Amino acid sequence: MGRFHRHSDGTVHAHDHDHHHDDRRDVGDHSGYTETGTERIEVLEHILAENDRIADANRRDLAAAGVRTVNLMSAPGAGKTSLLRRTIVALGERLRVGVLEGDIATSIDADALSGLGAQIALVNTSAGFGGECHLDATMVRAGLGRLGLESIDLLVIENVGNLVCPAEFDVGQDARAMIYAVTEGEEKPLKYPVMFRTADVVVVNKVDLLPHLDFDMGTFLGNLRDVNPSAQVIHASARTGEGVDEWCAWLSDLAAAERDRPQP
Amino acid sequence: MVDRRREVHVHELAVGQAILDTVERRAAGREVRLVMVRIGQLRQVVPDALQFAWEMLTDGSALAGCRLDIDHVPAVVRCTACGAHTTLDLPVLACGTCATFDVELCSGEEFMIATMDVAEEVS
Repeated sequence: MGRFHRHSDGTVHAHDHDHHHDDRRDVGDHSGYTETGTERIEVLEHILAENDRIADANRRDLAAAGVRTVNLMSAPGAGKTSLLRRTIVALGERLRVGVLEGDIATSIDADALSGLGAQIALVNTSAGFGGECHLDATMVRAGLGRLGLESIDLLVIENVGNLVCPAEFDVGQDARAMIYAVTEGEEKPLKYPVMFRTADVVVVNKVDLLPHLDFDMGTFLGNLRDVNPSAQVIHASARTGEGVDEWCAWLSDLAAAERDRPQP
Repeated sequence: MVDRRREVHVHELAVGQAILDTVERRAAGREVRLVMVRIGQLRQVVPDALQFAWEMLTDGSALAGCRLDIDHVPAVVRCTACGAHTTLDLPVLACGTCATFDVELCSGEEFMIATMDVAEEVS
């Protein structure tokens, strides 16, 4: 095409010189060009725009199948899987539950949930470079393909145990739930505000351990309110079963809201 | 026990990868020299960790040597009651003047690729 190229080593030359000399060089808007031979391009894209597009696709597919979805997040060891075992059993015939189980490399959690009557699909997150700490919309999309959505009312996406990364990645959920163990101390809402701010409900787990801890519930709830004034709080123990009914009621309300609402 | 250092780096890796994917798509093969991003302080991104992740991710790729400029935008709220602006030290959305929580967020949630400098195409 007779175009001049400037290579990274500084050489400038043209290919296929066909006498279309660059008489167009002074034509057009060159205001975005700087003196150093670079052009500044306005990108103005959200950093996670691609993830969010796929998350929206997930949300549309789930809504079309009549499935309500909750993104379950917590630090490692807060009790997501234990609470989920209780939850699946307690919901029993009331709701058909599906679980997308995010795990770095193992099927330990998925195995712990099998045989309880819920559909389980495992999403190992070790495949993507830099993606091992959370589920993103693409991983969830792959997992959805392994579930029979038509026979699920409530999908629980059990995210990877981590207080940082899962908070930033929309996966197409209707609501975000957080499990927080009282063994984690009172100050975490201020240290990990992104996750606490986005939670619709915070299940304060392991309350059976309170007599053995210095955990101050008032201080924790104050910190939580400081970053998230509107989240519902449920006190629970996956070990004793305390609070599981209230948690199941919250999930049932979420699932019912979908059925009442006309499909778009 | 959570290895927090690794946790932070992995998070910034994922963010860095997302930036890289968008920049590569928009560059369409052109040489990119500088990428400027705006990230609010309410996002849990550690600029040094993102810078480190960026060097790791771009090294050996088509974007090798491309610099990343991170504008870490402070979190500022405006009080609905008294009108005062407060720059936050903690992620607590409260007015620093009258202590009310009735505030609106002016900045701090940015998560944007602003511009990129590509080698000028001589035509």
